[in-house]
Amino acid sequence: MNPNLTRLRRSMMFLNAQKPSLIKDPYIYKPDSIMLDLEDAVAENQKDAARYSLYHALKEIDYRGVERVVRINGLETPHWKEDIRVCVAGRCDSIRISKTESAADVLAVEAEMKKAEEEFGVEHGSILIMAALESCKGVMNAYEICTASPLLFGCALSGGDYTKDLQTKITGTGVELMGARQSMIIAARAAGKQCFDTVFTNLDDMEGFRKEVEMIKMMGFDGKSIVNPRQIAVTHEVFTPTEKEIIFAEKVVKEVDDKKAKGIGVFTVDGKMIDIAFYPGAKRTIEMAKAAGVYEGDL
Amino acid sequence: MEVKGTAMAGTLESSDAQVTVEPGTGIELSIESSVINQYGKKIRATVLETLERLEVKDAKVTVVDKGALDCTLKARVEGAVFRASGYSEDVICAGKKLPWGGAIQ
Amino acid sequence: MINAVGRDIPEKVLQDTGMQVFQGAYARHNQTYKKAAPTVRGIVDPKESKMVDSIAEVLKKCGIKDGMTISFHHHFREGDYVVNMVMEEIHKMGIKDITICASSLGKAHNPIVPMIEDGTIVGIQSSGVRGKIGEAISTGKLKGYAIMRSHGGRVRAIEEGDVHIDIAFIGAPTCDCYGNMRAVGGKSDCGVLSYAVADAMYADKVVAITDTLVPYPNLPASISQVYVDYVVKVDEIGNPAKIATGAAKPTTDVRKIMMAEYCTQFVINTPYFKDGFTYQTGVGGASIASTISLGKIMKERGIKMGLGLGGIAGPMCKLLEEGLIEKLVDTQDFDLTAIESVAKNPNHYEITASEYANPMNKGAYVNQLDFVILASLEVDVNFNCNVVVDSNGMITGAQGGHPDTAAGAKCTIVIAPLLQGRTPAICTNVTTVTTPGETVDVVITDYGIAINPRRQDLIEAMKDVKLPFKTIEELRDIAYSIVGEPDPVEFGDRVVGIIEGRDGTIMDVVREIKPYEFD
Repeated sequence: MNPNLTRLRRSMMFLNAQKPSLIKDPYIYKPDSIMLDLEDAVAENQKDAARYSLYHALKEIDYRGVERVVRINGLETPHWKEDIRVCVAGRCDSIRISKTESAADVLAVEAEMKKAEEEFGVEHGSILIMAALESCKGVMNAYEICTASPLLFGCALSGGDYTKDLQTKITGTGVELMGARQSMIIAARAAGKQCFDTVFTNLDDMEGFRKEVEMIKMMGFDGKSIVNPRQIAVTHEVFTPTEKEIIFAEKVVKEVDDKKAKGIGVFTVDGKMIDIAFYPGAKRTIEMAKAAGVYEGDL
Repeated sequence: MEVKGTAMAGTLESSDAQVTVEPGTGIELSIESSVINQYGKKIRATVLETLERLEVKDAKVTVVDKGALDCTLKARVEGAVFRASGYSEDVICAGKKLPWGGAIQ
Repeated sequence: MINAVGRDIPEKVLQDTGMQVFQGAYARHNQTYKKAAPTVRGIVDPKESKMVDSIAEVLKKCGIKDGMTISFHHHFREGDYVVNMVMEEIHKMGIKDITICASSLGKAHNPIVPMIEDGTIVGIQSSGVRGKIGEAISTGKLKGYAIMRSHGGRVRAIEEGDVHIDIAFIGAPTCDCYGNMRAVGGKSDCGVLSYAVADAMYADKVVAITDTLVPYPNLPASISQVYVDYVVKVDEIGNPAKIATGAAKPTTDVRKIMMAEYCTQFVINTPYFKDGFTYQTGVGGASIASTISLGKIMKERGIKMGLGLGGIAGPMCKLLEEGLIEKLVDTQDFDLTAIESVAKNPNHYEITASEYANPMNKGAYVNQLDFVILASLEVDVNFNCNVVVDSNGMITGAQGGHPDTAAGAKCTIVIAPLLQGRTPAICTNVTTVTTPGETVDVVITDYGIAINPRRQDLIEAMKDVKLPFKTIEELRDIAYSIVGEPDPVEFGDRVVGIIEGRDGTIMDVVREIKPYEFD
């Protein structure tokens, strides 16, 4: 299994693949993933130029472990097939499908990827897929999309287009996105996949941004789409377990391991009833703490 | 590749380079750069290698560099050359495949 | 001859100037010397008026002639009108071979370039030059050597008599009829007149130029009447909009904020960060951001700064007002907040450039600094800094107080993004040395932090601190791995500029640039 399927993706930062100053060294800001954009950020008459830029960036820039996702143009455009060829030839880590509406969309992309993988001698399965849901239909089909391919690691909401389709707009209250967020996270979890929230575009409203990240974390999301490095630190802070949470998780993991050996099923940690069902969550907390670089224990 | 028309790729923003390719005889290369003293030779070598890989024998090539990395220089030269040699986005979308990993390296 | 920072100083330059090569930042400690002195015309008769109607007339009264050295200050920064005003009259009079000894020159002074070309001006001595003057010097248009001196080094040169000023022209925001000058209260407030004090004390003739004549006596005076020969009132001495800008908005550039955060973390983990510590910082985005983040920690821990020194900007004044700084000691003001603060806050003091940074007085304020936060165009693997010459070999910056504060402070921190476009800030050899590496302790970049191996004590203090420490060579290697190793700039043979060490020795020379050739 490709270990990238479950990697940590708290922050996924969009970058215009056509802008050298942006794609040069975004790893400095330590996002978990960058999303090199061939779609909306690139003007229609620069789609070709963006691919050359993307190809050499993928081949020659050392992104120091940051995941390199490429957002390709939508399946309704003429650009996407060549986009997939350059992604595969450049060996990006993942492809983000714009405006995904059905399992068929995912399969169409996977089929093109297979062709390109054969052409360029790239192992099938080494490049993953994520689906952006940007319409009501896409959101309604979230479960079938999430289960369409074993290479698909998760789905992301694209709030701007989605609210247009919904015949409303981004209001800042979050009310217009409630249904989509709720359905998507449920569908993604049901499919065993990750789920990512949409962008927050008002860069000056850091307070509002923090609140939104806190909310989507409570809802169960794995991370947030980011439009500016300013948003990374807050996102990571929200998604990084607190010291208290880490200590508790550590006790749970250790106790479960210990009690399992002794054949004890239910016990207490810090006065709380604990059983095996707490184990995966506690493990996840430890993994999250490790990935965030704040775990100093021995697990 | 045969340069049949004039085409340009890239911008004059910092870290970018603007490359213009026109029909010519032999390679006529002119380079202007904000980092010419420190990187002039490297820029020229990168541009010439890229042209060679693309098998461009005759072209007038003008580079206005604003501190672009090699990866950007290559991309801009390729962008201009492919555009000037009949690889418009329309043609590419119609199925004319680009030589990723071949002439484009 | 090779000097202490490994630069080969041509014999011809040593012969032409009679200067010594740099022998180490503290080599002149304990040396004695006799101070230079001006020739003074006593004004005994109380009936003599100092008021003169025009620049042209005052030039005549001062006996302007070919070959003289005249001086200016740069408190009006890019809003200065005084240099151009005076030079225009000198040019009209057909005077030749003038040496300008300014505390600094900028783009505002581009109009004097034709006077360099026609031989009106043959010498320039300044903290630095920007714009067209830099180009003129770098392309060999100045007849003599341009001498770049630090702020402290300039006062030293004046006091030791390396340069003798015939006439000093001092732009004064307010002045009375007898020459008492202040930096506040007029149309062109600049806060302080620190750089001009040595000129007033050591020039043979001293001319105050003001656009705001105030009733006698104009007190407390930054420069006293006892030094002043003449007073000229003109319409405008400067453009207030360019003298002082509004306070800069704190940067939102994450890279700068990140470097500022590294800087603050470093500062608070040194043994010098304790109540009463002393500190100087610059006005770049990262410096300002680090002042702000340091302020927060000072508040949290109840630690106060005893002395904030140097060129002052709004954020330091804010800390003073909040009671987090005991005293601000000021030689230059960068924004309106600072100008207002020095005028109103009794704990905000104006000092002279000599008090600030002169290495050869009996101890300057910089010697009492715990920290200085600086920027640099280039830093090499020996920690030498270049703040004057750009990576194409063009003179484009100023020494300012960089070498002075670096030599004085217990902990000198240089903040520089690793890459500026394609140009690496950390390199094997700086194009030109302005500040010797022995005085630079820490370099903070967006890719990591390097401590000078001479400072084993700081390395020890940081051993449990979670910051991305690297060696300076590692930082250089990262830079080169991304942008490629730069070719050294190829210069022509002719020396056009001298980078003078603050003690008056030659740190480095700047050669004429030559057109780039591919082969």
